[in-house]
Amino acid sequence: MHQISLSSETDFDGWRDAARRLAGQGVPPSDIHWSGSAAGGDDLFAAVGAPEPAAPAHPTPREVKVPKAFIDMAKRVICHRDPARFAWLYQLLWDLQRNRAALTDPLNDAARWVKGADKQIRRDVHKMHAFVRFRKVGERDGREVFMSWFEPDNRIVGLTAPFFMRRFTGMDWTILTPDACASWDGKKLTFAAGADRSRMPAEDAIEDQWRTYYASIFNPARLKVDAMLSEMPAKYWKNLPEAELIPDLIRKSSQRTGALLSAPSTDANIRTSRMSNFFAEEEEIEINSLEDARRAASKCARCPIHECASQTIFGEGPADARLMIIGEQPGDHEDIAGKPFVGPAGQLFDKAMTEANVERRKAYITNAVKHFKFTPRGKRRMHQKPNAGEIDTCRFWLDLERKFVAPDIIVTMGATALRGVFGKAIALKDVRGALTELDNGTRLIATIHPSYLLRLPDRQRAAEEYDKFVDDLARARSLLWSDAA
Amino acid sequence: MGKRTLIDRLAILADAAKYDASCASSGSAKRNSLSTNGIGSTEGMGICHAYAPDGRCISLLKILMTNFCIYDCKYCINRVSSNVERARFSVDEIVKLTLDFYKRNYIEGLFLSSGIIRSSNYTMEQMVEVARKLRVEHNFGGYIHLKSIPEADPALIEQAGLHADRLSINIELPREASLKSYAPEKSGAVIRSAMANVRYGIESRQPDRKERGKARPPRFIPGGQSTQMIVGADQSSDKDIMTTSASLYSGYKLRRVYYSAFSPIQDSSGDLPLIKPPLMREHRLYQADWLMRFYGFEKDEIFEARQDGMLDLDLDPKLAWALGRRERFPVNVNRATREELLRVPGFGTKSVNRILAARRHTALRLDHIARIVRSLKTCRDFIETVDWHPSRALDLVTLRDRFVPQPQQLQLL
Repeated sequence: MHQISLSSETDFDGWRDAARRLAGQGVPPSDIHWSGSAAGGDDLFAAVGAPEPAAPAHPTPREVKVPKAFIDMAKRVICHRDPARFAWLYQLLWDLQRNRAALTDPLNDAARWVKGADKQIRRDVHKMHAFVRFRKVGERDGREVFMSWFEPDNRIVGLTAPFFMRRFTGMDWTILTPDACASWDGKKLTFAAGADRSRMPAEDAIEDQWRTYYASIFNPARLKVDAMLSEMPAKYWKNLPEAELIPDLIRKSSQRTGALLSAPSTDANIRTSRMSNFFAEEEEIEINSLEDARRAASKCARCPIHECASQTIFGEGPADARLMIIGEQPGDHEDIAGKPFVGPAGQLFDKAMTEANVERRKAYITNAVKHFKFTPRGKRRMHQKPNAGEIDTCRFWLDLERKFVAPDIIVTMGATALRGVFGKAIALKDVRGALTELDNGTRLIATIHPSYLLRLPDRQRAAEEYDKFVDDLARARSLLWSDAA
Repeated sequence: MGKRTLIDRLAILADAAKYDASCASSGSAKRNSLSTNGIGSTEGMGICHAYAPDGRCISLLKILMTNFCIYDCKYCINRVSSNVERARFSVDEIVKLTLDFYKRNYIEGLFLSSGIIRSSNYTMEQMVEVARKLRVEHNFGGYIHLKSIPEADPALIEQAGLHADRLSINIELPREASLKSYAPEKSGAVIRSAMANVRYGIESRQPDRKERGKARPPRFIPGGQSTQMIVGADQSSDKDIMTTSASLYSGYKLRRVYYSAFSPIQDSSGDLPLIKPPLMREHRLYQADWLMRFYGFEKDEIFEARQDGMLDLDLDPKLAWALGRRERFPVNVNRATREELLRVPGFGTKSVNRILAARRHTALRLDHIARIVRSLKTCRDFIETVDWHPSRALDLVTLRDRFVPQPQQLQLL
């Protein structure tokens, strides 16, 4: 029998050195007796009558390899209070030398035990992060000094202290536990032997504020004691200043809820009438300019689309632009950004405009329909075509834009835009490429919508269509130039 | 009347804040105080520092800056017409309270909300100032959640976003008509455009794929945005609520929509029902929300067999859906796709992952499944394994009865 006495109950390095040596020599788990304290004095069976260790199976030690996950887990599990932890860890190490996948094998006992213990440790650590309560002791060299008393299930002070260091860097603190104490002074994390709670200050004035908060944030109408207990078991209560309130809060909750439910409603507060003037109805906007139209359109509720869209996307560009470009309706990106043509179709549009040598900032760019219409599908909003009624309703705004901007040339992109101008269905293929003169003398070029290009699956076809689209835009430009000349 | 003590005001302003369900402190940027020598850290996982007897976690100091409010939202304890006691904290008081609590490890950070005083901008400025002081003057690295005021200037939202981990704007009621009658000063359009601004702020700071690796822009609301709807104060159906949720999740990339069962309040308005909070309804809504976000369900599927637009209170929404769609079952756990497995009642996302991993090694039997899922009771009739088939169970008219809670026999007195 090999007697291994580690230097402390949480001596991971010692365990690893011994385990590496023993596993390398091929010493089976049943031939080792582990103990966690240097003296091994409390282990009655340690010295008496143990047989001499057998000669090593491998006189030349073999290399011992483990997955990294095992080491991380072992560092935590060594902090478990169960005396069998060293042996279980060694058993798992032993199994891993024979079966690389032992860690994930649901039928491996050692893996199951170690994983179970690891889960307990991680919960214990999490609860310590949550339930440590500091009390202020005073100040030292301009730094506030705090102290806490906590009783974790396992020996986890070493595992939790770095968290408190990262979080409470700017203050000095000590956490006392029965097994070990950790302290931080702004420079160094130090550990000491276990303590008792007598070193804790008796109180901290802030605890009254905390208890007030705890009692006030509780909603008696939603009493669910079991839900509380499963996350904050009573074993933690003795070190939580707020816990003393719990029995009383529970006892009075039904009475408090009953009082709320049976209370008669009261008259409105006197302030109410004073406030009602504050929110006087807004006056209807009289539309005498493009700006007026923009303001009025921002509140448009002429058709149901507005109920889901974020905002009205009105046209953008100089009020005296000679070129007006009309698209269909805003999409997801436009709805969020509050501007027309900024999404994928807008980027393609920008590219085509550059190639056609038309300056976007000099044109007035708008849509036939001013709100985004969509159906939610999972995490995205799928664009939905506006129906004829919606396009026709929205002509109100498009007509105003056309009236105030009074462009020489209009380019419509897509069938919706055509309907927006003409007020009736016109097949794009019948007018594509032709130059139409409108009643007021404005000339119109009808082309496709850039989103059509994005939808074409055939690349070559898309490239051809893109070129035609650029040609249409270039044509609008040359018309403007020839007019100017 | 003398000036109230800090404790008196804390009692009022925490009581007024408890109707906000959110207490999340997770999912933000990772940071700690080692380099700043200040106080505070967020390390991904949220920590619940206490639990109240209502079973809710206490993670943040959740308070109102003031419960004075010029709005008259019927469901709200702080509406102008209510006679509750009013109080106010100064910016410095909130900063000190947050730091005092944080240093004693009571909280993960601050969730600051407020009634609207003077103007939306004034109120928002004060809240932003609290966040700025904490971050800039006190090197505070804990979690900050600000309830932003939708009517406030977008420039203030921008500033708030530089200091806060999360912003939220509560939509409160799902339908425009409800807002009109219960919260006359609020407007769905204004709330949506404010949410759009927040999404735009977040996305416009995300570096392009091409530019990754270059210096990161300053963090902007790393914990995203969330909202809350009240359940049971107005006549909206569950379907109305989920329709709004679906539209908000897809439109504004919300991290969460919280559902808050309408709870009786002090000095309640005569226009609202005096009811116990509909907790089961709230629970079912959360389940339906999860189905949409993690299980690939569309809102219309969840409600396809629910004529009145209300979720079944007796059955979880996935089970209720499956009972109406028996032709899609049994699902063969050894061959089905992830999407099909996610639709099996009783299978959670983790169970599905484990099933997919396990079946690479072996043909799954029913006892394998028993070890993976919490209980076979719910899933058994909907799956097929090497050694198990539900045979005629799926044809039984009475299948539903296996799952609904048994009625309790009344006792003679």
